[in-house]
Amino acid sequence: MKNRKPVASRSSDPSQDPAGEGNPSLGGEIRGKIGRQLRDMYDDVVAQGVPDRFVELLNRLERQNEK
Amino acid sequence: MKLDPSMRDAVLAAVPSLRAFAISLSGNVDRADDLVQETLLRALVNIDSFEPGTNLSAWLFTILRNLFRSEYRKRRREVEDGDGSYAETLKSQPEQEARVEFREFRAALAKLPADQREALILVGASGFSYEEAAGICGCAVGTIKSRVNRARTRLAELMSIESLDDFGPDRATRAVLAGTDHS
Repeated sequence: MKNRKPVASRSSDPSQDPAGEGNPSLGGEIRGKIGRQLRDMYDDVVAQGVPDRFVELLNRLERQNEK
Repeated sequence: MKLDPSMRDAVLAAVPSLRAFAISLSGNVDRADDLVQETLLRALVNIDSFEPGTNLSAWLFTILRNLFRSEYRKRRREVEDGDGSYAETLKSQPEQEARVEFREFRAALAKLPADQREALILVGASGFSYEEAAGICGCAVGTIKSRVNRARTRLAELMSIESLDDFGPDRATRAVLAGTDHS
C-alpha cells in the first residue's frame, strides 16, 4: 500500500487545486487524498486478476453450447 | 453461442476492472462477484448485440451497472454494507492508521447517492471519459460532470468531518498505542 500523507499536513498551496473548484475549507489536499484512495481501492481489486470461477464459467458455457 | 477466442480473451481481460467496479458499487465482495457472473452470462447471451469495433469494456460496464441498479432498487431497504468483508480480502493489508483512514473512506463512499458514486468511480477510478461514463449511465455528459463534482465535494465534507471527529474509539486506541512508548 502506498504511503499516504496524514490529514494534518494539509497544504494551503493553491497549485494543489488548479481548477479552484475546492471550497477553501476543503482544500486540494483532501480532494487529492480522495482521488488516491479511490484509485488504491480500485487498483487493489484489479491486481487480484481473474478469479478461477470466471474462467470456469466461460469454459462451462462453451461446453454447454458445443452439445 | 460459440465465443470467438479473441472475444473470450477480451471478456476475461475486462473481469478485474468489472470486479473493482462492482465492489466499489456494492461494498461487498460476494455480491460483487455474483454481479460480475450475472454480467458475463447476460453478455454472452446477448453477444450478438455487441457491435464489433466499439468499446467492449464500456458495454460490459453498462450491463453490470444496469444489473446493479435493478438489484439496488430491490434491496434499497436493506442496510448497505459500507465496511463489509471487503477490507479482509485485500492482499496488501494497510497499516493500522491507513486502515482506519481507509475504513473512513469506504464509509464515506457508501454514504453517497448511488448515481454520484457510480459517476465518481467510472471517471475517477475506472478511467472512462465523461462521454463514456455518460453512455454507461444513460445520461447526459453534463449530468455526469455535475454528479462527479457533487460526489467529490460531498466526500471531502464527509472525510473532513470524520477527521475532526476523531475523539471516538479510534483516537483513544491510537493514544493508547502511542502511550506504550513511555514504558
